[in-house]
Amino acid sequence: MSHNHAIDRRNLDWYIDKAVQVLVFIGGISAVVFIVGIFLFITKEGIGFLINTLDLQEFFGSPYWEPSDEDAPEYGILALMAGTASVTGLAMLIAIPFSLGSAIYVAEFATGKTREWLKILIELLAAIPSVVWGFIGLTIMNPLIIELFDVPVGLTVLNAGIILGLMAAPIMTSIAEDALKAVPDRYREAAEALGATRWQIIFKTVLPAAKNGLLGAVLLGVGRGFGETMAVLMATGHAVNIPGSVFDSVRALTATIAAELGETAVGSDHYQVLFTIGLFLFLITFLINLTADLIVRGIRNS
Amino acid sequence: MKAKFISITLLSAGIALAALNAEARTLIQNKGSDTLVNVAQAWAEQYREINPEVAVAVSGGGSGTGIAAMINGTVDIANSSRKMKKRELALARKRGRDPVEHVVGYDALAIYLHPNNPAKSLTIAQIADIYGRKSKIKKWTDLGLEVPGCKEQQIILVSRQNNSGTYAYFKKAVLGKKGKYRMGTLDMHGSKDVVELVEKTPCAIGYSGLAYATDHVKLACIAKDAESACVVPSVAAAGDGSYPIARPLYMYTNGEPKGEIKSYMDWIYGEQGQCIIVKKGYAPISDVSCK
Repeated sequence: MSHNHAIDRRNLDWYIDKAVQVLVFIGGISAVVFIVGIFLFITKEGIGFLINTLDLQEFFGSPYWEPSDEDAPEYGILALMAGTASVTGLAMLIAIPFSLGSAIYVAEFATGKTREWLKILIELLAAIPSVVWGFIGLTIMNPLIIELFDVPVGLTVLNAGIILGLMAAPIMTSIAEDALKAVPDRYREAAEALGATRWQIIFKTVLPAAKNGLLGAVLLGVGRGFGETMAVLMATGHAVNIPGSVFDSVRALTATIAAELGETAVGSDHYQVLFTIGLFLFLITFLINLTADLIVRGIRNS
Repeated sequence: MKAKFISITLLSAGIALAALNAEARTLIQNKGSDTLVNVAQAWAEQYREINPEVAVAVSGGGSGTGIAAMINGTVDIANSSRKMKKRELALARKRGRDPVEHVVGYDALAIYLHPNNPAKSLTIAQIADIYGRKSKIKKWTDLGLEVPGCKEQQIILVSRQNNSGTYAYFKKAVLGKKGKYRMGTLDMHGSKDVVELVEKTPCAIGYSGLAYATDHVKLACIAKDAESACVVPSVAAAGDGSYPIARPLYMYTNGEPKGEIKSYMDWIYGEQGQCIIVKKGYAPISDVSCK
């Protein structure tokens, strides 16, 4: 009796073990399944247009975006790309110093409670929904920019760039901090033994040793900026424009899809061209994230 | 254990049934034009008192949204401030739908200016020059105007997103059939956003339905050409055709309206429905005397 019981129990454990194995496997490959599925879906919706109607030279070379024109629709995304690039670029100019600075402080200087609190706060900052950021851009930054710089409209590259920089900074900080923490303490000790000051240790030893991880952090920030939609939609002014200064309004690729997709007839040219933009965005963010991942992986292996 | 399960199932089935009963009235889906959304909402509210069995669910989003929903088959009535395009009609027919057009009122497309703007009147050609892609007019001074509070006199063009019926109508009526918008217009999501931005921005010019006018903006007096006298947009001027950029407002149904949808459309065409459209700042399709 007791013998049987023992076998039963082992069997049950064995089944649970198998079941968990299968579940974890499904969980593990689901990301791959989803990404392939999304890629196939976007391609399926956009491919007909991409092959049959779309003039690639116009698509990438023309700044004119008037997809709803009855007689002569125009499908140029040059200005939209310029909008996305300018906002993301400015956001990185703002986010890189901020996030590197706070990562260095958290990883190298802060101790005990300060460090714990800072980490929690930084993660909290990352949890603010993007529509809230957009709202801040619309209602706080907009009048502030008009007031400070005496410009007619405050929904500009500057506004969206600052908002996006603040949004990307927490993630970049977290990853950069991990990269700094991954530098072995013996590097620091060796430098200290050679008489280096604290600043010299960080600047000449820790930062170079962590440079791949830091680059990965920056690239993930770029990916974040590139793919962000809601905040950019609300803060840029939504004007198809090639910006001449940070005080010009622009429109981002993502914002265009968000604003127009719900309003197109399924299967129409306008619908399909938006999916083509989606495909383009997907490829770019995929490339950025892949590069970032390879770089971060590179440091782990070496 | 089993009994408990059964009782829970029965209970939830009961709740579902009760919910079904409460929803056992007709629901009409109505979607589209941002110009018409306030009127459509007022109609739906008023109609609930007349026929409590029918609920009309109204949402905006723009004429393009409504027409797309009509083509995709997700609405009963689509509101639009522009005619359906040939291509859209063809696409709808291909999907087995038969959009039927109903004109429910008229709107004066007002040109909004900041109160500081000294412009006395604008001709259609001037507005086309301001908004058109090929034109060289970029500053208010190019029109001989000096706008106080507008630092570099640079004209800020406020426009609508390209799914908007107002956007399409303005393009056709002002910029001409082949006309295109200039790059760098601020494309607002709704009519109200246009007026709000013009209110705050001395350099700005914008267009939207007359119903969105507030006390803090100026309505430009519009002349058909340099020889004609200008007309200030008003409900009366939209109705009698003297305002040069007045337009019909449409509702589209899938096939000739039947049943509850027909009753609803008939009511909209009746005195009560038409008085509501007048009250909201649009011209009725026929003379009505409203209190």
